[in-house]
Amino acid sequence: MAPYETDDSTRAEDADDLRAGPRRSARYVVPVAVVGVAAATIGLVPALADSGNPDLPKITAQQLIEKIAKSDVQQMSGTVKITTDLGLPNLGGLQNSMASAAPRGGSGSSADPSSKLMELASGTHTVRVATDGQDRQKLSLVESAAEYSLIHDGKDVWGYDSASDQVFHSTAAQDGGKRHDPAPATPKDFADQALKAAGDTTSVTVGGTAQVAGRDAYKLVVKPKQSGSTVGAVTIAVDAKTGMPLKFTLTPASGGAAVVDAGFTKISYARPAASTFRFTPPKGAKVTEEKDGAHGDHRHPKGAGPSSHGLLPGMPGEKGAKGGRKVIGKGWNSIAVLDTGSKGGTPSASGAKGLGGMLGSLGDPVSGKFGKGTVFSTRLINALMMNDGKIYVGAVTKDALVKAADTGH
Amino acid sequence: MSRADPETEGTARTARPAADTGPVTEPAGAGRAPSPLRTLGLLRSELSTTFRRWRTLALLAVLAAVPVLVGIAVRIQTGDGQQSGRGGGGGPAFLTQVTHNGLFLVFTALAATLPFFLPLAVGVVAGDAVAGEANAGTLRYLLVAPAGRTRLLVVKYATTTAFCLVATLVVALSALAVGALLFPLGDLMTISGTRITFADGLGRALLIALAVAVSLTGLAALGLFVSTLTNSGVAAMATTVGLLITVQITDQLPQLHAIQPYLFPHYWLSFADLMRDPVYWDDLVKNLQLQALYAAVFGSAAWARFTTKDVTA
Repeated sequence: MAPYETDDSTRAEDADDLRAGPRRSARYVVPVAVVGVAAATIGLVPALADSGNPDLPKITAQQLIEKIAKSDVQQMSGTVKITTDLGLPNLGGLQNSMASAAPRGGSGSSADPSSKLMELASGTHTVRVATDGQDRQKLSLVESAAEYSLIHDGKDVWGYDSASDQVFHSTAAQDGGKRHDPAPATPKDFADQALKAAGDTTSVTVGGTAQVAGRDAYKLVVKPKQSGSTVGAVTIAVDAKTGMPLKFTLTPASGGAAVVDAGFTKISYARPAASTFRFTPPKGAKVTEEKDGAHGDHRHPKGAGPSSHGLLPGMPGEKGAKGGRKVIGKGWNSIAVLDTGSKGGTPSASGAKGLGGMLGSLGDPVSGKFGKGTVFSTRLINALMMNDGKIYVGAVTKDALVKAADTGH
Repeated sequence: MSRADPETEGTARTARPAADTGPVTEPAGAGRAPSPLRTLGLLRSELSTTFRRWRTLALLAVLAAVPVLVGIAVRIQTGDGQQSGRGGGGGPAFLTQVTHNGLFLVFTALAATLPFFLPLAVGVVAGDAVAGEANAGTLRYLLVAPAGRTRLLVVKYATTTAFCLVATLVVALSALAVGALLFPLGDLMTISGTRITFADGLGRALLIALAVAVSLTGLAALGLFVSTLTNSGVAAMATTVGLLITVQITDQLPQLHAIQPYLFPHYWLSFADLMRDPVYWDDLVKNLQLQALYAAVFGSAAWARFTTKDVTA
């Protein structure tokens, strides 16, 4: 340092750095190391968190189903992540225009549950649920900087859409307070539907254990026995202690990512705060009252097309419950036959009809003994639209549809 | 001359001028008390330099004007007591709730300024931090003072972070004032549909302002790094703002969704989650982690660059 007689500490420092030549670039190791550590953390933490399936006492499938049936969780709150990948073509603007057209046919409010919950039919969504007994439930769809809440408090059902500040109100059915869910959103809703299907056409087994939302769970695997179904397997993770379904996964027979994957990421069995279920519409907000008769319709949002057809159209239990259309086949292979030529009244039919004109190019033309038609495929549901206006829909393969159409003629 | 083990650690470096440059720089070393006070003094002078600049004041004035414009626009549109007719329409978040409660203007104003105005202002200040000094020929003098480069850089970053906070608070306070003037105040409704008291709402507004200020710290570090790369203040500001716009666009393209969670603006809107009841922390925490990561990476990169750079101007 002696040669530097100036009192310029800058120089001194520079000289310092120059002398230690390699250290100049060595300092860039620090940011690189930070990036490396961050990348390693991002890569490793989920893997570590995933590790270890819990050791639980053995249980038979029958016992597990009974456990679910006996499960009586009255109070809980949690966060559910739902990913739906039906493999629909990306409709983009078309879907939006259908979505905006739908409320016009209904109550005209963006807070109407039927128009809102069909959003769950595609993509990934975060839903928060809270339950306190039979009379109080809340379901919130977490959106970017907004939220859609559906609150059931006693005899009132409120829908609040914070993005548009609109309120939807209806009075719950008086039949003992049992709420008619507008759409399946929790793993329990899905599981109930899937278990309805468990009959002689279904194999039900226990497929090991898993950790879901920090809780030990058994995995119940439900598989169709027949061939021809597009459903590969349904896996339900059941809380080992409470019997509450925590995660529902539907994998298609064709393999690949799950078609429906709904699971709790957080769950608490503590009683939610009472204020959670209290709702008074803000002053000046637009409140839409539900019209009479629109009640039972929520499960089939208008204009949703084949995609949100109850979310699980392949489930035989559901199929049988519907009137106004013919169902052929049984179990997982049941196929619904709609005649749009004469009726066109059912929501999915009108949706499919609207789609038909515009999406003709997206289907595959087929012909057989039945005549000519077009097959629209998704990863779960296939639909055969015949030129005479009949539609065959089911969670079955294309070949099975064509065969059904052939025998139908 | 004993070279008392330089660098390796930030703390070692901070203490260094006393041990190292002490004997070399004889006359200036009169009042040479080591770090904390001196660093504070440096910080104070940096802060007053930054906040006394006309440019900074003009930026803050523009930011303060945004809530005024939004408030008046909403007031005029809903003046006849009618609900704004565009149900679910565009506009920044919370816009529809402003008419119920003036406090929501704070959230709307922050949501309106966060994508562009706020980061633009931060980009200008951060980009100017080092390059501006170099451009004006004052960086050399700053380094002559026995502060050490690391300490100077830390002070520069602290000043930029302080600007993030001040800029956010200016928007929030201006919005609160306008909201109180034009709209009713009182108990408010969270976006989850539950009611909270006004005091609770004010607390959440403060938390939201903090969350927004923290959201900008990643960009501040990026700007500081860019600022050490060049000797032109304008180039550094333009580069920082250009990067910001590029990243914002990248964050919108659906084809690039795989990398989007790692872009610094990706979780910016998560501040709105503080208005849910109960608060949804997941994205807020992710935002915090992401900003810390950007600050660490670009902060250390700026350090690596600045401490080895030849300062000629």
